Amino acid sequence: MKSSTNALGGRHTQCSICNLVMAVPEDVAAEQLGCSRCGAMIQRRKPNSLPRTAAFLLAAAICYIPANVYPIVEITSFGYQQSDTIISGVIYLLLHGNLALGVIVFVASVVVPILKIILLSMLLISVQCRSQWRPRDRARIYRIVEVVGRWSMVDVYVVTILVALLHLGSIASVEVEQGAIFFSVVVVLTLLAAQSFDPRLIWDPIEDGDE
Amino acid sequence: MTLIGCHHCDAVAKEPWVPDGGSAICRRCGATLFRRHRKTVEVTLALAVAAWILLILANAYPLLIFEIQGQASESTLASGVSALWRQGEYAVSAIVFLTTMLAPACEVLLLLFVLAPLHFRWRNPGGVIAFRWVERVRPWSMMEVFLIGIMVALVKLSEMADIRPGLALWAFLLLIPTLAGALALLDPEIVWRRIEETK
Repeated sequence: MKSSTNALGGRHTQCSICNLVMAVPEDVAAEQLGCSRCGAMIQRRKPNSLPRTAAFLLAAAICYIPANVYPIVEITSFGYQQSDTIISGVIYLLLHGNLALGVIVFVASVVVPILKIILLSMLLISVQCRSQWRPRDRARIYRIVEVVGRWSMVDVYVVTILVALLHLGSIASVEVEQGAIFFSVVVVLTLLAAQSFDPRLIWDPIEDGDE
Repeated sequence: MTLIGCHHCDAVAKEPWVPDGGSAICRRCGATLFRRHRKTVEVTLALAVAAWILLILANAYPLLIFEIQGQASESTLASGVSALWRQGEYAVSAIVFLTTMLAPACEVLLLLFVLAPLHFRWRNPGGVIAFRWVERVRPWSMMEVFLIGIMVALVKLSEMADIRPGLALWAFLLLIPTLAGALALLDPEIVWRRIEETK
Protein backbone atom coordinates (compact mmCIF):
# COMPACT_ATOMS: atom_id res chain seq x y z
CA MET A 1 0.00 0.00 0.00
CA LYS A 2 1.33 3.40 -0.91
CA SER A 3 1.42 6.32 1.45
CA SER A 4 -1.83 8.17 1.97
CA THR A 5 -0.33 11.61 1.31
CA ASN A 6 -1.19 10.99 -2.30
CA ALA A 7 -4.76 10.67 -3.50
CA LEU A 8 -3.63 7.79 -5.69
CA GLY A 9 -2.51 5.98 -2.55
CA GLY A 10 -5.73 4.09 -2.22
CA ARG A 11 -7.80 5.47 0.59
CA HIS A 12 -8.79 8.76 -1.00
CA THR A 13 -9.43 10.08 -4.42
CA GLN A 14 -9.94 13.56 -5.71
CA CYS A 15 -12.42 14.86 -8.26
CA SER A 16 -10.45 16.47 -11.06
CA ILE A 17 -13.26 18.93 -11.74
CA CYS A 18 -14.41 20.24 -8.36
CA ASN A 19 -11.54 18.98 -6.21
CA LEU A 20 -13.74 17.17 -3.71
CA VAL A 21 -11.73 14.57 -1.81
CA MET A 22 -13.64 11.35 -1.35
CA ALA A 23 -12.96 8.22 0.57
CA VAL A 24 -12.74 5.16 -1.65
CA PRO A 25 -14.32 1.98 -0.23
CA GLU A 26 -11.89 -0.91 -0.36
CA ASP A 27 -13.76 -3.12 -2.80
CA VAL A 28 -14.49 -0.38 -5.34
CA ALA A 29 -12.17 1.04 -8.00
CA ALA A 30 -12.02 4.83 -7.88
CA GLU A 31 -12.90 5.03 -11.57
CA GLN A 32 -16.27 3.49 -10.87
CA LEU A 33 -17.22 6.35 -8.60
CA GLY A 34 -18.95 9.52 -9.73
CA CYS A 35 -18.20 12.69 -7.85
CA SER A 36 -20.86 13.16 -5.20
CA ARG A 37 -20.67 16.93 -5.52
CA CYS A 38 -20.39 17.79 -9.22
CA GLY A 39 -21.35 14.47 -10.78
CA ALA A 40 -18.23 14.20 -12.95
CA MET A 41 -16.65 10.83 -13.60
CA ILE A 42 -13.60 10.32 -11.43
CA GLN A 43 -10.41 10.42 -13.46
CA ARG A 44 -7.34 9.99 -11.33
CA ARG A 45 -5.07 11.08 -14.16
CA LYS A 46 -5.88 12.81 -17.43
CA PRO A 47 -6.57 10.05 -19.98
CA ASN A 48 -3.69 9.27 -22.36
CA SER A 49 -1.85 12.32 -21.09
CA LEU A 50 1.61 11.43 -22.40
CA PRO A 51 0.76 10.34 -25.96
CA ARG A 52 -1.63 13.24 -26.43
CA THR A 53 0.88 15.80 -25.17
CA ALA A 54 3.59 14.26 -27.36
CA ALA A 55 1.35 14.38 -30.44
CA PHE A 56 0.43 18.05 -29.91
CA LEU A 57 4.08 18.94 -29.28
CA LEU A 58 5.31 17.16 -32.38
CA ALA A 59 2.71 18.89 -34.53
CA ALA A 60 3.60 22.24 -32.96
CA ALA A 61 7.31 21.69 -33.61
CA ILE A 62 6.64 20.87 -37.27
CA CYS A 63 4.44 23.94 -37.76
CA TYR A 64 6.95 26.15 -35.95
CA ILE A 65 9.31 26.08 -38.93
CA PRO A 66 6.94 27.44 -41.62
CA ALA A 67 5.51 29.82 -39.01
CA ASN A 68 8.88 31.54 -38.87
CA VAL A 69 10.03 31.11 -42.46
CA TYR A 70 6.94 32.44 -44.25
CA PRO A 71 5.84 36.06 -43.89
CA ILE A 72 2.81 36.68 -41.72
CA VAL A 73 1.56 39.87 -43.38
CA GLU A 74 2.12 41.90 -46.50
CA ILE A 75 1.39 45.58 -46.05
CA THR A 76 0.86 47.80 -49.09
CA SER A 77 0.92 51.52 -48.52
CA PHE A 78 1.18 54.18 -51.22
CA GLY A 79 2.11 51.54 -53.72
CA TYR A 80 5.00 50.32 -51.59
CA GLN A 81 4.94 46.70 -50.49
CA GLN A 82 6.49 45.26 -47.39
CA SER A 83 6.15 41.76 -46.03
CA ASP A 84 6.96 40.86 -42.48
CA THR A 85 7.84 37.59 -40.86
CA ILE A 86 7.50 37.14 -37.11
CA ILE A 87 11.19 37.91 -36.63
CA SER A 88 11.37 40.92 -38.94
CA GLY A 89 8.29 42.39 -37.27
CA VAL A 90 9.97 42.09 -33.90
CA ILE A 91 13.20 43.63 -35.17
CA TYR A 92 11.25 46.53 -36.67
CA LEU A 93 9.46 47.14 -33.39
CA LEU A 94 12.73 47.03 -31.44
CA LEU A 95 14.45 49.49 -33.76
CA HIS A 96 11.68 51.93 -34.63
CA GLY A 97 9.02 51.55 -32.03
CA ASN A 98 8.74 51.26 -28.37
CA LEU A 99 11.56 49.26 -26.79
CA ALA A 100 9.45 47.89 -23.93
CA LEU A 101 6.76 46.73 -26.33
CA GLY A 102 9.42 45.28 -28.61
CA VAL A 103 10.82 43.21 -25.77
CA ILE A 104 7.34 41.95 -24.81
CA VAL A 105 6.62 40.90 -28.38
CA PHE A 106 10.06 39.33 -28.78
CA VAL A 107 9.56 37.24 -25.67
CA ALA A 108 5.93 36.42 -26.46
CA SER A 109 6.31 35.41 -30.09
CA VAL A 110 9.89 34.17 -30.42
CA VAL A 111 11.09 32.95 -27.01
CA VAL A 112 7.85 31.57 -25.53
CA PRO A 113 6.77 29.15 -28.30
CA ILE A 114 10.16 27.47 -28.67
CA LEU A 115 10.80 27.43 -24.93
CA LYS A 116 7.38 25.94 -24.36
CA ILE A 117 8.01 23.14 -26.87
CA ILE A 118 11.43 22.39 -25.32
CA LEU A 119 10.29 22.52 -21.68
CA LEU A 120 7.18 20.42 -22.24
CA SER A 121 9.25 17.85 -24.14
CA MET A 122 11.68 17.66 -21.24
CA LEU A 123 8.84 17.23 -18.76
CA LEU A 124 7.37 14.56 -20.98
CA ILE A 125 10.65 12.64 -21.19
CA SER A 126 11.29 12.95 -17.45
CA VAL A 127 7.83 11.54 -16.70
CA GLN A 128 8.25 8.78 -19.24
CA CYS A 129 11.54 7.76 -17.54
CA ARG A 130 9.85 7.96 -14.12
CA SER A 131 12.56 10.41 -13.13
CA GLN A 132 12.78 11.41 -9.48
CA TRP A 133 14.85 14.51 -10.25
CA ARG A 134 13.69 17.69 -8.45
CA PRO A 135 9.94 17.21 -8.78
CA ARG A 136 9.19 20.54 -7.11
CA ASP A 137 11.13 22.46 -9.74
CA ARG A 138 9.62 20.46 -12.57
CA ALA A 139 6.16 21.18 -11.16
CA ARG A 140 7.01 24.88 -11.09
CA ILE A 141 8.24 24.78 -14.69
CA TYR A 142 4.91 23.30 -15.73
CA ARG A 143 2.96 26.01 -13.93
CA ILE A 144 5.03 28.73 -15.62
CA VAL A 145 4.58 27.14 -19.06
CA GLU A 146 0.84 27.00 -18.44
CA VAL A 147 0.61 30.70 -17.59
CA VAL A 148 2.99 32.14 -20.17
CA GLY A 149 1.85 30.26 -23.27
CA ARG A 150 -1.16 32.43 -24.04
CA TRP A 151 0.98 35.54 -24.61
CA SER A 152 2.21 34.16 -27.93
CA MET A 153 -1.12 35.14 -29.45
CA VAL A 154 -0.01 38.80 -29.54
CA ASP A 155 1.23 38.66 -33.12
CA VAL A 156 -1.95 37.03 -34.37
CA TYR A 157 -3.95 39.86 -32.82
CA VAL A 158 -1.70 42.51 -34.34
CA VAL A 159 -2.34 41.01 -37.77
CA THR A 160 -6.08 40.97 -37.07
CA ILE A 161 -6.13 44.66 -36.14
CA LEU A 162 -4.02 45.61 -39.16
CA VAL A 163 -6.37 43.73 -41.46
CA ALA A 164 -9.40 45.38 -39.87
CA LEU A 165 -7.98 48.88 -40.17
CA LEU A 166 -6.11 48.92 -43.43
CA HIS A 167 -8.58 48.34 -46.20
CA LEU A 168 -8.27 51.62 -48.08
CA GLY A 169 -7.53 50.14 -51.48
CA SER A 170 -4.37 51.52 -53.10
CA ILE A 171 -3.54 53.81 -50.19
CA ALA A 172 -3.15 51.06 -47.66
CA SER A 173 -4.09 47.42 -47.52
CA VAL A 174 -2.97 44.30 -45.72
CA GLU A 175 -2.81 40.74 -46.97
CA VAL A 176 -2.49 37.92 -44.44
CA GLU A 177 0.18 35.40 -45.47
CA GLN A 178 0.68 31.69 -44.72
CA GLY A 179 3.03 32.35 -41.81
CA ALA A 180 0.14 33.71 -39.74
CA ILE A 181 -1.85 30.51 -40.18
CA PHE A 182 1.05 28.31 -39.11
CA PHE A 183 1.88 30.61 -36.23
CA SER A 184 -1.62 30.66 -34.80
CA VAL A 185 -1.79 26.88 -35.20
CA VAL A 186 1.50 26.58 -33.26
CA VAL A 187 0.08 28.66 -30.40
CA VAL A 188 -3.13 26.63 -30.22
CA LEU A 189 -1.22 23.32 -30.42
CA THR A 190 1.13 24.30 -27.59
CA LEU A 191 -1.87 25.39 -25.49
CA LEU A 192 -3.50 22.02 -26.12
CA ALA A 193 -0.22 20.25 -25.31
CA ALA A 194 0.06 22.07 -21.97
CA GLN A 195 -3.56 21.25 -21.17
CA SER A 196 -3.16 17.56 -21.97
CA PHE A 197 -0.11 17.16 -19.77
CA ASP A 198 -0.99 15.97 -16.29
CA PRO A 199 1.43 17.46 -13.72
CA ARG A 200 0.42 14.81 -11.18
CA LEU A 201 2.42 12.32 -13.27
CA ILE A 202 5.58 14.13 -12.16
CA TRP A 203 4.84 13.00 -8.61
CA ASP A 204 3.81 9.44 -9.28
CA PRO A 205 7.31 7.92 -9.11
CA ILE A 206 7.96 9.90 -5.91
CA GLU A 207 5.98 8.37 -3.15
CA ASP A 208 7.84 7.88 0.04
CA GLY A 209 10.04 9.49 2.54
CA ASP A 210 9.80 13.17 1.91
CA GLU A 211 6.71 13.89 3.97
CA MET B 1 -12.29 17.74 9.45
CA THR B 2 -12.36 18.46 5.74
CA LEU B 3 -9.79 17.08 3.37
CA ILE B 4 -8.58 19.00 0.38
CA GLY B 5 -6.55 17.82 -2.55
CA CYS B 6 -3.91 19.48 -4.69
CA HIS B 7 -4.79 19.84 -8.39
CA HIS B 8 -1.17 19.71 -9.39
CA CYS B 9 0.34 16.81 -7.45
CA ASP B 10 -2.66 14.98 -5.97
CA ALA B 11 -1.48 15.38 -2.38
CA VAL B 12 -4.26 15.27 0.20
CA ALA B 13 -4.17 17.41 3.31
CA LYS B 14 -6.43 18.60 6.08
CA GLU B 15 -7.97 21.90 5.11
CA PRO B 16 -6.18 24.67 7.02
CA TRP B 17 -8.02 27.73 8.28
CA VAL B 18 -7.06 30.66 6.09
CA PRO B 19 -8.18 34.29 6.58
CA ASP B 20 -10.02 36.02 3.74
CA GLY B 21 -7.62 37.03 1.01
CA GLY B 22 -5.03 34.51 2.15
CA SER B 23 -4.02 31.41 0.28
CA ALA B 24 -2.94 27.90 1.08
CA ILE B 25 0.13 26.42 -0.59
CA CYS B 26 0.65 22.73 -1.21
CA ARG B 27 3.41 21.44 1.06
CA ARG B 28 4.45 18.89 -1.46
CA CYS B 29 4.63 20.73 -4.80
CA GLY B 30 4.30 24.40 -3.90
CA ALA B 31 1.20 25.06 -6.03
CA THR B 32 -1.57 27.27 -4.68
CA LEU B 33 -4.29 25.06 -3.23
CA PHE B 34 -6.87 27.81 -2.92
CA ARG B 35 -7.31 31.51 -2.27
CA ARG B 36 -9.92 31.93 0.40
CA HIS B 37 -12.68 34.46 -0.26
CA ARG B 38 -15.72 33.69 1.82
CA LYS B 39 -17.69 36.46 0.14
CA THR B 40 -16.69 35.13 -3.29
CA VAL B 41 -20.25 34.68 -4.56
CA GLU B 42 -21.22 38.28 -3.93
CA VAL B 43 -17.94 39.94 -4.94
CA THR B 44 -17.38 37.89 -8.09
CA LEU B 45 -21.03 38.35 -9.08
CA ALA B 46 -20.72 42.14 -8.80
CA LEU B 47 -17.53 42.15 -10.87
CA ALA B 48 -19.07 39.79 -13.43
CA VAL B 49 -22.03 42.15 -13.88
CA ALA B 50 -19.63 45.05 -14.43
CA ALA B 51 -17.57 42.91 -16.82
CA TRP B 52 -20.69 42.05 -18.84
CA ILE B 53 -21.55 45.74 -19.34
CA LEU B 54 -17.97 46.55 -20.33
CA LEU B 55 -17.89 43.54 -22.64
CA ILE B 56 -20.93 44.85 -24.53
CA LEU B 57 -19.34 48.30 -24.85
CA ALA B 58 -16.05 46.77 -25.99
CA ASN B 59 -17.86 44.89 -28.74
CA ALA B 60 -20.32 47.57 -29.81
CA TYR B 61 -18.00 50.53 -30.36
CA PRO B 62 -14.90 51.00 -32.51
CA LEU B 63 -11.58 50.10 -30.95
CA LEU B 64 -9.39 52.24 -33.15
CA ILE B 65 -10.11 54.97 -35.67
CA PHE B 66 -7.62 55.31 -38.43
CA GLU B 67 -7.30 58.28 -40.77
CA ILE B 68 -5.13 58.54 -43.84
CA GLN B 69 -5.41 61.25 -46.51
CA GLY B 70 -8.90 62.22 -45.40
CA GLN B 71 -10.18 58.62 -45.53
CA ALA B 72 -11.15 57.14 -42.20
CA SER B 73 -11.65 53.56 -41.22
CA GLU B 74 -12.79 52.11 -37.93
CA SER B 75 -12.15 48.74 -36.49
CA THR B 76 -14.24 46.86 -33.99
CA LEU B 77 -13.50 43.45 -32.54
CA ALA B 78 -15.91 41.83 -34.97
CA SER B 79 -14.63 43.68 -38.04
CA GLY B 80 -11.18 42.19 -37.53
CA VAL B 81 -12.62 38.69 -37.36
CA SER B 82 -14.82 39.24 -40.42
CA ALA B 83 -12.01 40.84 -42.43
CA LEU B 84 -9.85 37.76 -41.82
CA TRP B 85 -12.75 35.53 -42.84
CA ARG B 86 -13.25 37.47 -46.10
CA GLN B 87 -9.56 37.06 -46.93
CA GLY B 88 -10.07 33.31 -46.64
CA GLU B 89 -8.08 32.99 -43.39
CA TYR B 90 -10.72 30.80 -41.78
CA ALA B 91 -8.45 29.19 -39.20
CA VAL B 92 -6.94 32.45 -37.96
CA SER B 93 -10.35 34.12 -37.97
CA ALA B 94 -11.86 31.29 -35.92
CA ILE B 95 -9.02 31.36 -33.39
CA VAL B 96 -9.32 35.12 -32.93
CA PHE B 97 -13.11 34.86 -32.63
CA LEU B 98 -12.80 32.10 -30.04
CA THR B 99 -10.19 33.80 -27.88
CA THR B 100 -11.35 37.43 -27.94
CA MET B 101 -15.13 37.20 -28.32
CA LEU B 102 -16.63 33.78 -27.65
CA ALA B 103 -14.54 32.61 -24.69
CA PRO B 104 -14.66 35.90 -22.72
CA ALA B 105 -18.43 36.19 -23.29
CA CYS B 106 -18.97 32.57 -22.23
CA GLU B 107 -16.77 33.04 -19.17
CA VAL B 108 -18.74 36.06 -17.95
CA LEU B 109 -22.14 34.54 -18.81
CA LEU B 110 -21.28 31.28 -17.05
CA LEU B 111 -20.21 33.18 -13.94
CA LEU B 112 -23.46 35.16 -13.96
CA PHE B 113 -25.48 32.00 -14.55
CA VAL B 114 -23.85 30.19 -11.63
CA LEU B 115 -23.47 33.01 -9.12
CA ALA B 116 -26.72 35.00 -9.47
CA PRO B 117 -28.95 32.05 -8.47
CA LEU B 118 -26.61 31.26 -5.55
CA HIS B 119 -26.81 34.83 -4.30
CA PHE B 120 -30.59 35.11 -4.65
CA ARG B 121 -31.15 31.51 -3.48
CA TRP B 122 -32.95 30.44 -6.62
CA ARG B 123 -32.99 26.82 -7.68
CA ASN B 124 -30.56 26.31 -10.55
CA PRO B 125 -30.33 22.74 -11.82
CA GLY B 126 -27.87 23.78 -14.55
CA GLY B 127 -25.45 25.37 -12.09
CA VAL B 128 -23.28 22.28 -11.63
CA ILE B 129 -22.62 21.80 -15.35
CA ALA B 130 -22.14 25.53 -15.90
CA PHE B 131 -19.57 25.84 -13.13
CA ARG B 132 -17.63 22.87 -14.46
CA TRP B 133 -17.27 24.82 -17.71
CA VAL B 134 -15.94 27.98 -16.03
CA GLU B 135 -12.51 26.39 -15.55
CA ARG B 136 -12.53 24.83 -18.99
CA VAL B 137 -13.25 28.08 -20.83
CA ARG B 138 -10.79 30.12 -18.81
CA PRO B 139 -7.53 29.34 -20.66
CA TRP B 140 -9.12 30.31 -23.98
CA SER B 141 -10.12 33.81 -22.96
CA MET B 142 -7.23 36.09 -23.92
CA MET B 143 -8.44 39.66 -23.65
CA GLU B 144 -5.31 40.91 -21.90
CA VAL B 145 -3.13 39.52 -24.67
CA PHE B 146 -5.36 41.23 -27.22
CA LEU B 147 -4.78 44.55 -25.45
CA ILE B 148 -1.02 44.22 -25.98
CA GLY B 149 -1.79 43.42 -29.62
CA ILE B 150 -3.71 46.69 -29.91
CA MET B 151 -0.77 48.60 -28.47
CA VAL B 152 1.67 47.01 -30.89
CA ALA B 153 -0.65 47.84 -33.81
CA LEU B 154 -0.86 51.43 -32.55
CA VAL B 155 2.91 51.76 -32.59
CA LYS B 156 3.21 50.21 -36.05
CA LEU B 157 0.55 52.41 -37.59
CA SER B 158 1.27 55.69 -35.84
CA GLU B 159 3.95 56.50 -38.41
CA MET B 160 1.66 55.93 -41.34
CA ALA B 161 -1.35 57.91 -40.32
CA ASP B 162 -3.49 59.47 -37.62
CA ILE B 163 -4.78 56.85 -35.28
CA ARG B 164 -7.15 57.47 -32.40
CA PRO B 165 -8.46 55.20 -29.70
CA GLY B 166 -12.21 54.56 -29.84
CA LEU B 167 -14.68 54.11 -27.00
CA ALA B 168 -14.22 50.34 -27.03
CA LEU B 169 -10.53 50.71 -26.21
CA TRP B 170 -11.38 52.48 -22.96
CA ALA B 171 -13.98 49.85 -22.18
CA PHE B 172 -11.27 47.26 -22.83
CA LEU B 173 -8.86 48.95 -20.47
CA LEU B 174 -11.47 48.73 -17.70
CA LEU B 175 -12.71 45.28 -18.68
CA ILE B 176 -9.35 43.55 -18.29
CA PRO B 177 -8.78 44.36 -14.58
CA THR B 178 -12.49 43.77 -13.89
CA LEU B 179 -12.47 40.30 -15.41
CA ALA B 180 -9.08 39.48 -13.90
CA GLY B 181 -10.40 40.61 -10.51
CA ALA B 182 -13.56 38.54 -10.86
CA LEU B 183 -11.49 35.43 -11.55
CA ALA B 184 -8.87 36.19 -8.89
CA LEU B 185 -11.59 36.58 -6.25
CA LEU B 186 -13.37 33.43 -7.36
CA ASP B 187 -12.96 30.75 -4.71
CA PRO B 188 -14.25 27.59 -6.42
CA GLU B 189 -14.37 25.54 -3.22
CA ILE B 190 -16.78 28.00 -1.57
CA VAL B 191 -18.91 28.10 -4.73
CA TRP B 192 -19.07 24.28 -4.90
CA ARG B 193 -20.11 24.14 -1.26
CA ARG B 194 -22.84 26.72 -1.83
CA ILE B 195 -24.03 24.78 -4.89
CA GLU B 196 -24.15 21.61 -2.80
CA GLU B 197 -26.17 23.36 -0.05
CA THR B 198 -28.83 24.56 -2.49
CA LYS B 199 -29.17 21.21 -4.25
